Amino acid sequence: MEDNNKVTPKRGFPGQKTSVQAALRWRGREGGAMAFPEPKPRGPELPQKRLKTLDCGQRAVRAVRFNVDGNYCLTCGSDKTLKLWSPLRGTLLRTYSGHGYEKVNTVQFNEEATVILSGSIDSTIRCWDCRSRRPDPIQKLDEAKDGISSVKVSDHEVLAGSVDGRVRRYDLRMGHLFSDYVGSPITCTCFSRDGQCTLVSSLDSTLRLLDKDTGELLGEYTGHKNQEYKLDCCLSERDTHVVSCSEDGKVFFWDLVEGALALALPVGPGVVQSLAYHPTEPCLLTAVGGSIQCWREETYKAEDGTG
Amino acid sequence: MAALDGDSDEDLVSYGTGLELLEEGERPKKPIPLQDQTVRDEKGRYKRFHGAFSGGFSAGYFNTVGSKEGWTPSSFVSSRQNRADKSVFGPEDFMDEEDLSEFGIAPKAIVTTDDFASKTKDRIREKARQLAAATAPIPGATLLDDLITPAKLSVGFELLRKMGWKEGQGIGPRVKRRPRRQKPDPGVKIYGCALPPGGSEGSEEEDDDYLPENVTFAPKDVTPVDFTPKDNVHGLAYKGLDPHQALFGTSGEHVNLFSGGPEGTNNLLGDVGVNKGRKLGISGQAFGVGALEEEDDDIYATETLSKYDTILKDEEPGDGLYGWTAPRQYKNQKESEKELRYIGKILDGFSLASKPLSSKKIYPPPELPRDYRPVHYFRPVVAATSENSHLLQVLSESAGKPTHDPGTHSRHQLNASKRGELLGETPIQGAPTSVLEFLSEKDKERLKEMKQATDLKAAQLKARSLAQNASSSRPQPSSPDVGHCSWHMALSGGTAPVRASNFKPFAKEPEKQKRYEEFLVNVKRGQKDALECCLDPSMTEWERRRERDEFAQAALLYVSSHSTLSSRFTHAKMEDDSDQVEVPRDQENDVSDKQSAVKMKLFGKLTRDTFEWHPDKLLCKRFNVPDPYPSSTSVGLPRVKRDKYSVFNFLTVPETASSPATQASSENVPQHQGPDKSRKPSRWDTSKQEKKEDSISEFLSLARSKVGPPKQESSPLVNKEEEHTMESVSDKVNKGVDSQTEGEGSRPSMDLFKAIFASSSDEKSSSSEDEQGDSEDDQEGTREADVKGSQETDLVETSSVAQASEPAPQEPAPFFPIQKIQIDEREEFGPQLPPVFCANARQKLEAPLKEKHKKNKEKHKTKKEHRRKKEKKKKHRKHKHKGKQKNKKSEKSSSSESTDSSDSQSDEEGAADLSPQELLRRLKRLPLRRQ
Repeated sequence: MEDNNKVTPKRGFPGQKTSVQAALRWRGREGGAMAFPEPKPRGPELPQKRLKTLDCGQRAVRAVRFNVDGNYCLTCGSDKTLKLWSPLRGTLLRTYSGHGYEKVNTVQFNEEATVILSGSIDSTIRCWDCRSRRPDPIQKLDEAKDGISSVKVSDHEVLAGSVDGRVRRYDLRMGHLFSDYVGSPITCTCFSRDGQCTLVSSLDSTLRLLDKDTGELLGEYTGHKNQEYKLDCCLSERDTHVVSCSEDGKVFFWDLVEGALALALPVGPGVVQSLAYHPTEPCLLTAVGGSIQCWREETYKAEDGTG
Repeated sequence: MAALDGDSDEDLVSYGTGLELLEEGERPKKPIPLQDQTVRDEKGRYKRFHGAFSGGFSAGYFNTVGSKEGWTPSSFVSSRQNRADKSVFGPEDFMDEEDLSEFGIAPKAIVTTDDFASKTKDRIREKARQLAAATAPIPGATLLDDLITPAKLSVGFELLRKMGWKEGQGIGPRVKRRPRRQKPDPGVKIYGCALPPGGSEGSEEEDDDYLPENVTFAPKDVTPVDFTPKDNVHGLAYKGLDPHQALFGTSGEHVNLFSGGPEGTNNLLGDVGVNKGRKLGISGQAFGVGALEEEDDDIYATETLSKYDTILKDEEPGDGLYGWTAPRQYKNQKESEKELRYIGKILDGFSLASKPLSSKKIYPPPELPRDYRPVHYFRPVVAATSENSHLLQVLSESAGKPTHDPGTHSRHQLNASKRGELLGETPIQGAPTSVLEFLSEKDKERLKEMKQATDLKAAQLKARSLAQNASSSRPQPSSPDVGHCSWHMALSGGTAPVRASNFKPFAKEPEKQKRYEEFLVNVKRGQKDALECCLDPSMTEWERRRERDEFAQAALLYVSSHSTLSSRFTHAKMEDDSDQVEVPRDQENDVSDKQSAVKMKLFGKLTRDTFEWHPDKLLCKRFNVPDPYPSSTSVGLPRVKRDKYSVFNFLTVPETASSPATQASSENVPQHQGPDKSRKPSRWDTSKQEKKEDSISEFLSLARSKVGPPKQESSPLVNKEEEHTMESVSDKVNKGVDSQTEGEGSRPSMDLFKAIFASSSDEKSSSSEDEQGDSEDDQEGTREADVKGSQETDLVETSSVAQASEPAPQEPAPFFPIQKIQIDEREEFGPQLPPVFCANARQKLEAPLKEKHKKNKEKHKTKKEHRRKKEKKKKHRKHKHKGKQKNKKSEKSSSSESTDSSDSQSDEEGAADLSPQELLRRLKRLPLRRQ
């Protein structure tokens, strides 16, 4: 972990748009943890040793995020607060409370970890300042009509998916709010790595690739099952494939351009709740039930036992 | 150690007090805790600390602040928050209790003031004093008496004395027979003023039997009833210590349990202590025999039965219960009447009443009318709709409401000046007759405005019934007078120029607004054809009909929503945010059309809403992004202030039902065709004053969408029968607007239409339309005939209309694009336009649509190709992406459609951008679904 931190300044490199905020993601229900290491000159390693267990005291933890240098992490959960931790020391640094009476679904640092964005069931996104001790958020984005299920941040945009079936993109640079109606409750949104498209998964078992600028539909991906849970989706490391969890225990890969199902990877018996793709290599982490899995390409020769 | 450091000690400077050396085995002292530490002065006295801001250790005279003797320091209040709260001290604040007591400098007790004290001194005393002065051993020794001035007597005493009253007597007419057997008895207490030197008491005869005829007696003095509550635990009539007795005292008082008031009068059984003479000293039951008492025999047996009454008997007559026991008085009222002889001195100017005061006459309450109901009965409120107008009429008749007639105003509705006018009086000149005259010009102006507003309201109230009539008379539009029988109602004095005070439902079309105001004035005057005469004669029949409805509705709605409410509330004097709430200026539109778009996978403009959004400045800073709106102070979506309790904050107006037609209607006013339309402000970009109207007008459109029947009636008919007419209308509209029409007709694809029409059967945009549409199908035939007839009559009536309705379907194609343009920018109010798409027009529309579709497909293809290429050349992905994007953009720009690129969106809120959306709405509402 400490080694990871040394490398991390790279991520904050301004020109680099492919950085990944979701360095670590814990699902509250499984209690599993997923993490990406940074690529090393000496070859990849995967975190396998448990270093610390934080008792967050937040009941079900719904999201965990590292900040940009990995020194802090944020948790959010059912107790309507965000908590900022020093994960290696295991100390609680701050608590942000203000999300009314609703649970906080998701939390996200911005690229420089100067702002925390948290989306809650109370249908607001709140922007918390990390640089000051202000107890109240900088801004409250309360345009959504229903709970926020997913928040993603780019260098100047905030992408939020809401249960009211709309994907809202707040462009700070332009000062515009783009609201795309999808119809079905949004479970997950993410930017493509080139920053031109947004991938939207919704509860009608469909993933949609939308043009970020115009909102036009570029592709539609179906075949998986997503009608109940808030499942994750992402794009592969080079935007070639669209990857999504499914409720039937598989992970689905679609070709991004063709829209054809490329692979249905059986992961486990339960619902695949969450997944994350390696930022640069064909490596996938999945979470099913209480366990997580790491997947590599077939040609990959395992240096260490990855499952 | 000391020896060693002896000299070095000299060098050192000792500072502070050294710690005492501890004895062997002695424990180090515990330090005194902070709360026990005290501050003492040099003499060892404890110093009180008053607080750092209220005196420190010494405050007040010899540090008496806060103690019993000193003043209490006022608590410190920061003048920052409440600087106006300056307490002004009055003299009372510097007084203590003594000053406020009876003999202080500001007594609080109620005393007779000098005004009501008699100026003249007590004459009797005066005389006595003079006498004493004369007989005194030292003449002139009355100096001392002069110094001691007697208490001033009140006016009441003086009056009484003038009427012959003397101290010690009762007040009232003198009685003939001396009823009491009173002995001149020192034990008798004398109440009232000081002892009189011989009064009526002195003339008393001791002999009971001898009662001369001409001698009357003053009534007995009455002890005022003591109403002080018994608040001790002693027995009844217990007297612990009586200082009066101690000083002047008599003892052996008879304990009269039954008469609480006049004590000491009941000496029938003899008094023990009567003959004992005065006892001096403190006496009472609590004490034994005082040292000053002569006899001490009675210590142990003071209580004898003889002191108590043993029988209950009637009170002695004339016992001094006047005014206290009322029943007695009533019992022998006659006697009192007989006895009404006031023997005494009657003051000058007064005469004795010959009759007693007649008792108050009590009038019985008025009889209630036979049909009086003590509980108010509310008549059922029937909403004014077209169906139940008859019911309303019947109800209003049964309620006995007077028909509005200027002559039959009840007199209560007239004010004084009007009554005077009726009587032919000349108005009073000269001094201002009303408070209004004193008002300033500005206030007068305001009042005038308000009055006009209410006048307008009244006019609109009438217009409400008019609206009913208009709607009921719809099937026979050729004879408009039929429905306007009730337009007779007129207001008196309706000549005031009616200004639509602040409600301008058609503000965007001054022409129409003018007509509307004219209409209101006419209604107010009670003209029968208020609507007819104010309408534009150049309009077609259905336009006029529509406008008539519109006006009536507007008037009605304005009354119901605005005036009736505003008559109950006043405007805030100050700018008050509490009655207004900020709501986002832009709202995400209705989702129904978006849903259909999603179903068709027509993502893009149909599903996208773009709003101006202001990020917080700090947020921009944190994101390392320049503030897009450096001058704005707002955050988030732009907000506007609107009425807090407005329904519209919580309603989403079904725009699909109303807006397209209203927009179409607005286009029919030729004055507004022009290039300036494109930069027309959005309807929320209004100033603050207009916002209220906005809500109302929104309400208008909402309500109009509910009204349903008129538009439904017109649309199928027109659609089927009078397509040519419609076309002509559209042609008329199109005159002079052709310049705008280039390149617009290529937007929606054919799929769009198909999907809409296929799905519109299960998606009911407005249920009312459908319901009424069904019911109208059977009536259609007759109505068609009617409308035809009306059309014909119209043709005869106005030549211009006839011209317009001539079948002249030349190039209807450009009509559609204009429609689109205006739809995009604004939402208008007004009734719905019947669908303008006739068969041939639609086909002409479809051609460009197909083109567009093709283009779309092509675009997709090129995109896909790009992707494929991209796949093949994975190595140069980044560049490829860029290239792709560039290609995409170049595609967009090359194609005729003006896709809003993200950069240019703010600038060009282009006219054409949203048009497919609006198209969709329009199309969904077409009655084509029946086909």
